[in-house]
Amino acid sequence: MLLEVENVVKHFPITTGLLVKQTIGQVSAVDGVSFDLSPGETLGLVGETGCGKSTLARCVAGLHPITSGRVRFDGDDITNLPRARMRAYRRDIQVIFQDPYGSLNPRRRVGSIIADPLVVHRVSRGTELRRTVQELMERVGLNPEHYNRFPAEFSGGQRQRIGVARALALRPRLIICDEPVSALDVSIQAQILNLLKDLQDEFGLTYLFIAHDLSVVRHISDRIAVMYLGKIVELAGADELHEHPRHPYTNALLSATAVADPDEAERRRRIILTGDVPSPIDPPSGCRFHPRCPKARERCSSEEPPPALRDHLVACHFPVEAGEDLTTSGSGGRPA
Amino acid sequence: MLRRFLLRRALLGVLVLWLVTLGTFLLFFVAPSDPARTLAGRQATPEQVELIRHNLGLDRPILVQYLDYLNRLIHGDLGQSYFSGESIGKLLSQDFPPTASLVIGGAILWVVIGVGAGVISATRARSLLDRVVTFLALAAVSMPTFVVGLLLLYFLFFQLSMAGAPLLPPDSYVPLTDSPGEWARHLILPWITLAMVQAASYVRLTRGSMLDILGEDYIRTARAKGVPEGRVIYRHGLRAALTPVVTQLGVDVGTLIGGVVVTESVFGLGGIGQAVVQAFVSGDLPVIMGVVVLATTAVVVANLLVDITYGLLDPRIRLT
Repeated sequence: MLLEVENVVKHFPITTGLLVKQTIGQVSAVDGVSFDLSPGETLGLVGETGCGKSTLARCVAGLHPITSGRVRFDGDDITNLPRARMRAYRRDIQVIFQDPYGSLNPRRRVGSIIADPLVVHRVSRGTELRRTVQELMERVGLNPEHYNRFPAEFSGGQRQRIGVARALALRPRLIICDEPVSALDVSIQAQILNLLKDLQDEFGLTYLFIAHDLSVVRHISDRIAVMYLGKIVELAGADELHEHPRHPYTNALLSATAVADPDEAERRRRIILTGDVPSPIDPPSGCRFHPRCPKARERCSSEEPPPALRDHLVACHFPVEAGEDLTTSGSGGRPA
Repeated sequence: MLRRFLLRRALLGVLVLWLVTLGTFLLFFVAPSDPARTLAGRQATPEQVELIRHNLGLDRPILVQYLDYLNRLIHGDLGQSYFSGESIGKLLSQDFPPTASLVIGGAILWVVIGVGAGVISATRARSLLDRVVTFLALAAVSMPTFVVGLLLLYFLFFQLSMAGAPLLPPDSYVPLTDSPGEWARHLILPWITLAMVQAASYVRLTRGSMLDILGEDYIRTARAKGVPEGRVIYRHGLRAALTPVVTQLGVDVGTLIGGVVVTESVFGLGGIGQAVVQAFVSGDLPVIMGVVVLATTAVVVANLLVDITYGLLDPRIRLT
């Protein structure tokens, strides 16, 4: 296994007090998440805004200290390493961020943004550095002559290519893609996704790919994990998850994805979930999805289902069976 | 490119200078002061006052007086004091060095203290240290300059001297060219006084600006790609955060060159501030005008330096 994530918990304390801090509560952003990644694999991580995907990504990348649990990279325990020791692993673990506008320092030239990892990790310098950077730019589809331009002179898609080149510079083994395409136009999304796929084949990269769009994730992932309120509720192969979703939440998410074929769209029934995502400060008891679940019964509110693990696992007491129609049970409805 | 920029800014500077001299000149005549009467004294006859007025050229129309002043200014002649008859050029060349020494030395000190404490505060935001720094800054900014100056004098001069260790001199200014060591020794207390009051606002400014920048996504990117923390804070963070600090510094230094009245007086340094207060009280127009020209030039030059510094801090800025 290249990456093993074991029961990771991340709580953000809510503090008050002028001089002496007091903790008055906590936001459970990630609450006991486990998964692993084999070399060359892509694991998609989907879920609504605020379900803890990005927090999980940053915990894995060592950008946030975690509250409890364990992260192993290539067998080494990298849980909460001090910054200086974590730097050694940054060569192997790189991150592509969501916002290609904010994540590039506007005061620095593209050449030095991409060269930075090579410089700070003392990989190359001088003319060799410049050549490496220009090769990288070419590889991700940027004009190497634009070496001296500023990020503001590029479009969103080009900026994300800069982000990809930067992440690729050190030839990492794992790249964490934190919603790399959600800020881009749909036509550009496909370009970047294809670029990421090509690069994976070429360099044998492993991806942890985060998105809130299931169709994007299906395109690129081998396996998909669905998160809800800080927990993985279902984890299965990409096609398996799409064809036989077993968790009611996954069913609801899938029913909401856009379909290009209008006849198909007409036939499809959407599962409309009622209510909002509960607050992670005070999550529901038992199964966290139970207040909104069309299949919820008494047991769901008292007993927490076992967590989803490898292969097709679902954290649900009453998984959806093939052919079951969720729109008729509970509070579902026809599309508006 | 740079030459065109400098030329354009120089022309603009001259324009500013002209407008400011015009404004000051007009204001002087609006204000109810009559230097001829002051000069003539209590028992003077109206004829004597009139004679003095004529000698000073104050009986001519304002426009004629102004054009005459402008004409001499262009030729580098700032005129003479109404009262002492001393040439303004000479007066300023006496009073400028103490003020400039005080302001520039003080500025270096307050930037080092202010920015340093600001960065410490911002990188440990909401910690106990941050709160202590914030509190001290608030205390320093709330303290009147003369209180700070007098307290320093009392403890670091008077008490030290009484204890038999006269490390620091009480007051007066020693020119740099006479003895650099003595120059610095005499300026230490004034520098600290000025810096304490000024540094406080720089701490707040740096802290706020630094917190904004450290919250930017690209700072997280820098950390994620393995940039060492010190480099993240100084190269990526502070460099961007300095822009408002530099702006404020330009304004402060420019303005203070026009006179650091209180600090100069407390430490008896002489200097522009003291000269201009005296000139205002007695209505000594040539002195006032001389100081205004000097102070305006200082502000113009300081702002020019600020703009050049912007270009160094942010390579996207091109000087045109």
